[in-house]
Amino acid sequence: MSAVPAHPPVLTPPSLLRASAIVVRRNLIHIKRMPELLLDVTIQPVMFVLLFAYVFGSSISVPGTNYREFLVPGIMAQTIVFSSFVVALGLTSDLDKGIVDRFKSLPIPRSTILVGRSISSLIHSSIGVSVMAVTGLLIGWRVRDGVWHAVGAFVLLLVFGFAMIWVGIWVGSIMRSVESVNGFMFTVMFPLTFVANTFAPTASMPSWLRTIAEWNPISSLTQSLRELWGNGPQAGSTAAWPLQHAEVTTVVWALLVTAVFAPLALAAFRRRSRD
Amino acid sequence: MDSNVAVEAVDLVKRFGDNAAVDGVSFAVPAGTVLGMLGPNGAGKTTTVRMLTTLSRPTSGTGMVAGYDIIRQPEMVRRSMGLTGQAATVDELLTARENLRMVGGLSGMPRATIRPAADDLLERFLLTDAADRIVKTYSGGMRRRLDLAVSLIAAPPVLFLDEPTTGLDPRSRNDLWDVLRGLVREGTTLLLTTQYLEEADQLADDIVVIDKGHVIAHGTPTDLKSQAGRASVVLTVTHSCDLRRAEELMRRCVEEVHLEVGARRLTAQASGLADMSRIGEVFAASGIAVDDLGLQRPSLDDVFLHLTGHRAEDEPDSTSDVQLEGALG
Ligand SMILES: Nc1ncnc2c1ncn2[C@@H]1O[C@H](COP(=O)(O)OP(=O)(O)OP(=O)(O)O)[C@@H](O)[C@H]1O
Ligand SMILES: [Mg+2]
Repeated sequence: MSAVPAHPPVLTPPSLLRASAIVVRRNLIHIKRMPELLLDVTIQPVMFVLLFAYVFGSSISVPGTNYREFLVPGIMAQTIVFSSFVVALGLTSDLDKGIVDRFKSLPIPRSTILVGRSISSLIHSSIGVSVMAVTGLLIGWRVRDGVWHAVGAFVLLLVFGFAMIWVGIWVGSIMRSVESVNGFMFTVMFPLTFVANTFAPTASMPSWLRTIAEWNPISSLTQSLRELWGNGPQAGSTAAWPLQHAEVTTVVWALLVTAVFAPLALAAFRRRSRD
Repeated sequence: MDSNVAVEAVDLVKRFGDNAAVDGVSFAVPAGTVLGMLGPNGAGKTTTVRMLTTLSRPTSGTGMVAGYDIIRQPEMVRRSMGLTGQAATVDELLTARENLRMVGGLSGMPRATIRPAADDLLERFLLTDAADRIVKTYSGGMRRRLDLAVSLIAAPPVLFLDEPTTGLDPRSRNDLWDVLRGLVREGTTLLLTTQYLEEADQLADDIVVIDKGHVIAHGTPTDLKSQAGRASVVLTVTHSCDLRRAEELMRRCVEEVHLEVGARRLTAQASGLADMSRIGEVFAASGIAVDDLGLQRPSLDDVFLHLTGHRAEDEPDSTSDVQLEGALG
């Protein structure tokens, strides 16, 4: 059955790089047309900073630093976790609107849709991180431990964000609507970013909650950021092991999350877009 | 395989759980011709198209598009065909031009050729004025036309259209038919599914009728029509008082005469033009005033009724259709 085709195709299909660039461009046009898509990395975290810094700030005391310095890394961590979910929202809506079908009928590498979404998601997150950095600088947050440590912290943020993207792809592939993705965000991810050292020190929590909070990957990330930016002391001797070795643990968590969720996400996406 | 065959389905089967949506469908479309796929809702048309266009993997069986195996060479199949699915696939937040440019780029077209191709399609599909508006602001018919334009951007040699004119007004439908005829004249092979028998009649060289996942008929429109029964002679008299006499005369020429008193009409089975001219002569000699005398061939509607036991517009299974829409997104 291997007849010579009468008209071999004349066009050369785009490389993964070119195809992804086209898809990213399209996703960025979406943001331009619907700037409200950026609310989650602009207005929302800025509100959080202001609320926490000025409303709760006076009643939360942090040994060794002031609350605003303590807060900014926490909000940064929360922002990267939330904004990685942009990938879930985008995927669900593309699946829902048949765009994925259009892409699948085109001669592009199969991974284009996910790669394109992931890159857009990282761009989205970077916008969020930049907005947070500026907001932080305005309220008194400073980088106090040298340029290289500061850069290291930003890299760590993006590595963690990359791992979270797989969770996002998984959620986006199993959820049927944008609304249910939002529902998942608020019932699962939102509490997860609070049961951590993001907004208050863990030392004063009830011991069971403290254990959970200190083993929370988001706490490791936050602790690393604080140390690398010089915004807080090393974790005390009573803290759980992950916080004592925050940078290493953050990387390990990121790898672990990727190792678990990347296969799940790919399988779910393939299943969802197969029939 | 014959290299003149542009699309071939070989015993395609697709099961969703226990339900065999497509259950052994085979057909071949010669290059440069049009195959019309007819069938009631839920017959398996979309599922067949999705398998042939590599969007959905067959449970068993296979197919060829432009000489490439849909299972072993999906990449080559995608490079050789264009698809407009039943559900819209245009990006609502982009403009028409941006949609065309994106798909052109993803098809591997060089940037310099995308622009003129897009302009040409926008004009052919009457979208030039709306070209730089966001698709969200389009009417249903405009979206449909854009969807069709998008699948033509890379000038694919094989084109799959799943109910291309659903939701188009008669004018746009005719325009689209013209565009499609033009493409076929230039050598494009076309497979289209449709609910409109007239559409298949207008465009298709060959028709397959599917029902419940099986091909139940395959042939040219004329073949299928002659399968559905013989032609009939229809005679309308001017004055209803002449009806009885006309019936008598008619019985001398042919058997099985039906009388419709209200419509002043007589219908009779006829085997062809010979019967017609005999009846013509008899009535001319009789002096009965006749309004109209004609030969009526069965329409594809009759074919459909004959083959599937219900009319094309019937929705025998509307609930499963709703599920389908949801599942396909
Ligand atoms: N993803 C799916 N999951 C489960 N069942 C499906 C799926 N897609 C189609 N089906 C079922 O397969 C059968 C054939 O569906 P298909 O869409 O191919 O019909 P169709 O001929 O295109 O109908 P229509 O004229 O309504 O578009 C239907 O019974 C439908 O419910
Ligand atoms: Mg269909």
